[in-house]
Amino acid sequence: MGIFATTRHTEQAHEAATLQAEPPTSAAVDMSVDLAGARLPSPMMTASGCAANGRELARFFDITQLGAFVTKSVMADPRSGRGTPRMAETPSGMLNSIGLQGPGITAFVEKDLAWLKQAGARVLVSIAGNTSVEFADVAGVLRDSDAFDAVAGVEVNISCPNVANRGLVFACDPLASAKVVALVREQLPRDVPIFAKLTPDVTDIVQVAQACVKAGADGLTMINTLLGMVIDTDRLRPQVAGVTGGLSGPAVRPVAVRAVWQTRAAMREGRLPTVPIIGVGGVRTGRDALELVAAGASAVQVGTATFNDPTAPVRVGRELRDLLHEKGFDRLTDAVGVAHERTA
Amino acid sequence: MSEARRAGGAAVGVVQVTGELIATRRVGAYHHLTIVAPGLAEVARPGQFVALAVGGRTSATLLRRCFSIHKVSPSGTYGGTVDVVISPVGPGTEWLARLRAHDEVDVVGPLGRPFPLPTEPLPCVLVGGGYGSAPLFWLAEALRERGCHVEMVLGAATEQKLFGVVEARRCADGVTVTTDDGSAGTRGWVSDVLPDLVRRTGAGVVYGCGPMGMLKSVTDVATATGAVAQVAVEESMACGVGVCMTCVMPVRGNDGVTRMVRSCVEGPVFRGDRVRWDAFSDGVCRVPADAVGAPREGGH
Repeated sequence: MGIFATTRHTEQAHEAATLQAEPPTSAAVDMSVDLAGARLPSPMMTASGCAANGRELARFFDITQLGAFVTKSVMADPRSGRGTPRMAETPSGMLNSIGLQGPGITAFVEKDLAWLKQAGARVLVSIAGNTSVEFADVAGVLRDSDAFDAVAGVEVNISCPNVANRGLVFACDPLASAKVVALVREQLPRDVPIFAKLTPDVTDIVQVAQACVKAGADGLTMINTLLGMVIDTDRLRPQVAGVTGGLSGPAVRPVAVRAVWQTRAAMREGRLPTVPIIGVGGVRTGRDALELVAAGASAVQVGTATFNDPTAPVRVGRELRDLLHEKGFDRLTDAVGVAHERTA
Repeated sequence: MSEARRAGGAAVGVVQVTGELIATRRVGAYHHLTIVAPGLAEVARPGQFVALAVGGRTSATLLRRCFSIHKVSPSGTYGGTVDVVISPVGPGTEWLARLRAHDEVDVVGPLGRPFPLPTEPLPCVLVGGGYGSAPLFWLAEALRERGCHVEMVLGAATEQKLFGVVEARRCADGVTVTTDDGSAGTRGWVSDVLPDLVRRTGAGVVYGCGPMGMLKSVTDVATATGAVAQVAVEESMACGVGVCMTCVMPVRGNDGVTRMVRSCVEGPVFRGDRVRWDAFSDGVCRVPADAVGAPREGGH
């Protein structure tokens, strides 16, 4: 009987066969991306709210291997989040109702961002606010912080469903989205790109994307969780204390692929300026990441899968690289949106 | 309290390993698993836990299941092993209960903060509710190595749901058993027998692991008799490693201020008198109004 090795096995036999057929190794695939001026060696990122702020996952992998570490959405003041239960497991996913627990922007830049900087991480800082002015204030404190040079970009979370107005998030309204984006854009230097994070819980995601880009968003992150609900059938009451929550995990991946596809299609048709899309939603494997890339995502975040496998954000990156190699791509960027050219 | 100090501090050397199950057996209402987990057994301490992935690589149940470490054997025949006790009540724990010898299970651990051990040889009472007793036996051994007199109290709804009565008799100086239905030991709850026992032994520390209601009772009894309560909480966790923010509970810090803290990294062991038991009722824990960043009128 064997004692199993500790490392996760990629499909080594398969990889060996590929190597024989094609001399360049998969390591030769150029995985670098330029996201509106943010040059990253890898397209892989953590997803906001699924990775805390760095120290926890640094116990499992080198966080500098990521293209960027995406921090948990931070607001102006410390925030306790909601009571518990905060979570319900669902088929191939989960419902969460955290309520944007966080230390507030001042403590965040002094402790968390400073730590990420000394660790050598490139950071995509996710910010949130109850009002558009709060978003701007948070961006201003971030800009003035000592560790700001570690910031590769800012993700503007206008789509968290776990806020008091229950899913009536900024990103459901093009005008409200545009206002937040414009105010944040004013606070940050031009060379720091901002990404609007969108919800798929809208009639027309392209319309919201248009408003955000017009207001100054340099890119888009899609998707946030979907508003959902679970009933505890023992007690016949809502299972999470916040009543509703955000649905995530592999169950929502087709929704993310669809949202990225529709938005990239609009760009190709000239209905929307071409900006980079960061794909997120239900990615667990390199194959899942490739779906988002082929639909039009230039970078990929791994969220809920991290709860299952803390190394998922970097493992998925390796698997994606191997897949691209297998399919004959020399560069990740050549695969971005490729499926749009191959519709039946 | 000056007499208690943390045995190992926060988890260091946490590992993720694909472990091989080498033994599985039913024990009453529970299953006891032994898993080869190199690198984990060597650094684990009583009170820490492991997070197990369930269902294999394409599982539809993504969230890790967290279990107190029942014991470790750093240098067994197969390398370091870790033992856990599970109660098969849902799809994840039922999957674990169906595993057979030589099956693989992905293990992350050791996680969380262990039980602090007293620096003086104080009398201690260890209280386990149901299979919450799982981590108490190697804690008892560690305490007795330090010269502590150790009493154990094991309680459950019924005899089937007691765990480790025989083992308790081997590793404690005295054992008291309670069941709600009287099928074993004294009929009643652990809190019925605990006050006398704590007074009689002059216990300095009362350790507890089990349901929240029991841990509150343990804390009340300890506080009333001047003992320190150290309790390992059971909170629902999605990751076990500090990134999901689902396992929070309100706990007072050294500064007296209440914060919603993650039981997976700041716990699972807390001083009982620091936990805001007033916030828990009927399966819900609300955020106390005086907690840092608590919701204002209308909620978050």
